[in-house]
Amino acid sequence: MRRVLDIVFPVALAAVILGSWEWTIFHWQVPHYVLPAPSAIARAICANFASLMASLGSTLAVTLQAFAAATLLGVATAIGFSQSRLLERTFYPYAVILQVTPVVAIAPLILIWVGFERINLALVIIATLVAFFPILAGATLGLKSADFNLLDLARLHGASRLQILWRIRLPTALPYLLSGMKTAGGLALIGAVVAEFVAGSGTATGLAWRIVESGNRLEIATLFAALALLALTGVLIFAALSLLEWALLRRWHESAISEAA
Amino acid sequence: MTLLALSGIGKRFASTQKAGGVQALDDLSFAIQTGEFVSLLGPSGCGKSTALRLAAGLLTPDAGAVTFPHGKPEIGFVFQEPTLMPWADALTNTRLPLVLKSMPRREANARAAAALARVGLAGFERALPRELSGGMKMRVSIARALVAQPKLLLLDEPFAALDEITRNRLGDDLLRLWREDGLTVLFVTHSVSESAYLSERVLVMPPRPGRIAADIALPHSRDDRLSSVTIEAQRGINAALQAATA
Repeated sequence: MRRVLDIVFPVALAAVILGSWEWTIFHWQVPHYVLPAPSAIARAICANFASLMASLGSTLAVTLQAFAAATLLGVATAIGFSQSRLLERTFYPYAVILQVTPVVAIAPLILIWVGFERINLALVIIATLVAFFPILAGATLGLKSADFNLLDLARLHGASRLQILWRIRLPTALPYLLSGMKTAGGLALIGAVVAEFVAGSGTATGLAWRIVESGNRLEIATLFAALALLALTGVLIFAALSLLEWALLRRWHESAISEAA
Repeated sequence: MTLLALSGIGKRFASTQKAGGVQALDDLSFAIQTGEFVSLLGPSGCGKSTALRLAAGLLTPDAGAVTFPHGKPEIGFVFQEPTLMPWADALTNTRLPLVLKSMPRREANARAAAALARVGLAGFERALPRELSGGMKMRVSIARALVAQPKLLLLDEPFAALDEITRNRLGDDLLRLWREDGLTVLFVTHSVSESAYLSERVLVMPPRPGRIAADIALPHSRDDRLSSVTIEAQRGINAALQAATA
């Protein structure tokens, strides 16, 4: 019953909001280039379906590649940190600097260095930089959180560093890593959008560029359509990662075990 | 035959409270014979856990030496907490020492299942730690300590967090395993009654810095927790402890 209500209430809210939105536009005769009605946005999606899907594919490809790269790099760096305090002390401050520097500010540089002829690579690098830190932070914290007594026990039985990493540290880190990945999934999408904005005309073909282009042409309904697709993509990424988290942790980690069970 | 000897052990720990650190152990010496059940008894913070970790080789002494005159034996270690991997079932937890030694999976599984059966957990191989009670988790921990067939079993207040009924039952099981396997046991505890009932020898440690204040032999047969022999042993240990902590 609660499950059903979890779905019914948000859907009802959406219906109310979309309904009053539609009514307001109709009643006050709001111009479509200021705020289009939901029905106009739906028509824009239908009319531009093929090109919007191509744009979505482009943005999604950048997002997923960046997310994968950030996960690999973040976990690899965290493993390096866990094996050497010196490595961690030396490089962690720079990881923080990378995190706090607005990527929008360095995106033009990356575009110049990588070159507009390899625009996709540049977009992926920018989005990776945005998504990298939560994964590094989560994995680093997780790898450090192993039970000291368990580590002692493994050493007592002659475990190698690699065995300790694989059998104890990595499983311990999994909940922290997944939490970081959930944050990074959304950030990879934001990074892809920012990268497309910066890349500008003629080169990028993703949803963010469609937003810029539609804005310039005052095709506000198409702009909203692209925006809606972006939001939907973000929600789907989050849902997929939540599902992954649940599948991996549901049997043993407190965070994934429902209290009723 | 001396299995384990600690001689003139000193150990100092860094401390945020005290400049120069804390002297946990100072000139600690004792020896354990093969097949003995020895309790290390003392108040909290007397350094008995430190002594146990030194014996296991998990810590190195600042002074003195830990020696095994007839070679370092296989060691089993049981912590105060069950210290299980929460993501792994009882069988996987139990076989950890064997897997770390790269034993073939099938043989490791068979031995782990046998070890679980010995501690009364047959049928719980696939249970995760969160599905087990505190006493059962401790049993898995003991099975894991026994799975590699150690000669020396080191236990660090293993029953301190359990209720009395569970504690007594596990104590009896420990005695049975000790007799069956011809183990040598070094048992850290702060319970006078536990040490009196379980052990053949009780080493009493005063508050910090830790050393041995009394070495009490208990030549009695342990078949009853409340027998006059056990109660008499408790009196003797208690008196030694009082004298040491005064």
